[in-house]
Amino acid sequence: MSGTGPSEAGGLGESGRRPNAHLASLLEDSTEDLYENAPCGYLSTFPDGQIARVNATLLSWLGFTRGELVGRRYFSDLLTVGGRLYHETHFAPLLAMQGEIGGVALELQAADGSRLPVLVNSAVKTSASGAPLLIRTTIVDARDRRAYERELLRARREADRERERLQLLVTTLQRTLLPPELPDVPGLQTAAYYHAASRDEVGGDFYDLFALARDRWGLFLGDVCGKGAAAAAVTSQIRYTLRAAAVYDPDPATVLGTLNSALRRDYERNDGRFCTAAFGVLTPRTDGFDLRLASGGHPAPLLLRADGTADYQEVGGGPFLGVIDDVTFTSTTIGLGAGDTLLLYTDGLTEARTGKGRDRYGDLALRAFAAGLAPATAAGAIDAITVLLEGLGGGLDDDVAVLALSVPRRRPARRPTPPGRRRR
Amino acid sequence: MSTMGVGGSNVGGRNNVLVTGPEGRPVVLLAHGFGCDQNMWRLTAPKLAEDFRVILFDHVGAGRSDLSAWQPERYSTLDGYADDVLRICRELELRQVAFVGHSVSAMIGVLAAIREPGRFSKLILVGPSPRYVDEPGYRGGFSRADIDELLESLDSNYLGWSAAMAPVIMGNPDRPELADELAGSFCRTDPVIAQAFARTTFLSDNRADLAKVIVPTLILQCSRDAIAPAEVGAFVHDQIPGSVLVTLPATGHCPQLSAPDATLAAIADFISGPP
Repeated sequence: MSGTGPSEAGGLGESGRRPNAHLASLLEDSTEDLYENAPCGYLSTFPDGQIARVNATLLSWLGFTRGELVGRRYFSDLLTVGGRLYHETHFAPLLAMQGEIGGVALELQAADGSRLPVLVNSAVKTSASGAPLLIRTTIVDARDRRAYERELLRARREADRERERLQLLVTTLQRTLLPPELPDVPGLQTAAYYHAASRDEVGGDFYDLFALARDRWGLFLGDVCGKGAAAAAVTSQIRYTLRAAAVYDPDPATVLGTLNSALRRDYERNDGRFCTAAFGVLTPRTDGFDLRLASGGHPAPLLLRADGTADYQEVGGGPFLGVIDDVTFTSTTIGLGAGDTLLLYTDGLTEARTGKGRDRYGDLALRAFAAGLAPATAAGAIDAITVLLEGLGGGLDDDVAVLALSVPRRRPARRPTPPGRRRR
Repeated sequence: MSTMGVGGSNVGGRNNVLVTGPEGRPVVLLAHGFGCDQNMWRLTAPKLAEDFRVILFDHVGAGRSDLSAWQPERYSTLDGYADDVLRICRELELRQVAFVGHSVSAMIGVLAAIREPGRFSKLILVGPSPRYVDEPGYRGGFSRADIDELLESLDSNYLGWSAAMAPVIMGNPDRPELADELAGSFCRTDPVIAQAFARTTFLSDNRADLAKVIVPTLILQCSRDAIAPAEVGAFVHDQIPGSVLVTLPATGHCPQLSAPDATLAAIADFISGPP
């Protein structure tokens, strides 16, 4: 013993020598003392919760005497009322089912009414036959930890609120980039569908339909590279450029040329934003409409004919918009007769992933789907596509815009038009 | 997948319905309360299923129910839950149903039995309370502040509910190994849903509904229940015409776990007893 003092027995003596095991066992020679003065509370209860044994640490934390608790009080008596509700509905059933439960946050009520945040672990001691004899509980002072957790909770709530604000902002912004409703075009049924892939980011797809003159309407549909705030800014610019250009000279090839120049001028120095778009001008003819259409790198529209067939309409298109200077676009005329429906869409539709192989939906599948619908109406086609896309669920990972135009079949006079959900 | 470890067919669906027990026997529908799921019946359902056609389910938002079916408005009153009970009865074409409702499901059963009394043969209310919050002339046992304290307890303890659990509860077929992990962790619920269910449970007032019950009713009261004290059980007994009150020698709010044999016997006796 000579030369070793209590300070070294703690293991951190000046000499830095580890205490020998024999000495440590002499100092920690009483399991009773270890139990009573452990740095955590010990509580044993009968299966019904009545307190059977409690250690000195817990008594000192709570300010009770042993006689006030043992054989007199139940574990749930030590809890706040709200904690008791939690104990009865969560803690006790789980303990009964699992035989143990850990890390439960509760508040104990001290004799003076003050509250002690604790973390509780319990395990059931069973007899040889498996019958529960006792519930052993260790209780750890969790004042600091609870403060930390409250801070985490507060941060999470704040993050939730911010996310809600963001989503509201995105929804509002998205709405301003799409027409609130399509204008009435006499003799034409129109319908549109928009799916934003994310609630947190503004989508990069866009469409519009607007009157250019008494008997002439402009329309466009496109897809800006990327999404989010930057894409929204470009989309906004594209919308007003296309509308303004069409007023000045409504030839679709010219309109797209103007947009290409505008994108080159404004974004060349920045991040090289580009888009695909189809722009068209609708004029009535005796049995329907002519659509003069030009495309800048955009997927070919699908024509669902009155005779039940469906085909892509190759539009002599130009390249993506905003990529190179001085490109020439060409316009093509598509005739829409009675019973015909034209679908303009963005590639989020054909590139959606389907099935287990995660294959793309694809052009062939879309044409087969369209042929199954033909002859269709604009509202009917959009309804069917909405159902199709909802069925893809998580496979739909990009924005999708679809615009449908149809010329109603001739029907007997005086027969009222049945109301359609999206019919205009 | 059977979560109960007894033979049965999992009808699944929105309420994760599990059907066990011999066909053609009297139907017993077991409804769990706030805080857990159909696992609450794991000590009683297998024995009941020896003599009865036993139907188990999870309330929407609990256990392995379809969480996407949970809507805050629909489940802000117990009527939304009663709707689900009646829908399960209709879909499985259950008749002469003995409904066993634990805790808040006792009142859900009361509401269902008022709306379609012909559907039910017996009502068994385990630890019922029509109103948890004290009112002038009525003692439910809790103040509004107590309920707020419970909500705080829920918040504190859902820190143990890890974000990694979310995809499991949401149903993630790509990672089946997570389902096993879930099976070992009963009664986990999305924190938002748990908060809402707690509000619906502890702030509802169904005292006026009790007198409208015409189905034969048994009240199973625990001798020492911090949630539904004896005087509340006596109130329910007093208000439901012709009801029977049995006090079980059980401590706590879950006699089906703390005294499964006595609970089982009381349920089986009442179902098999005179109509």
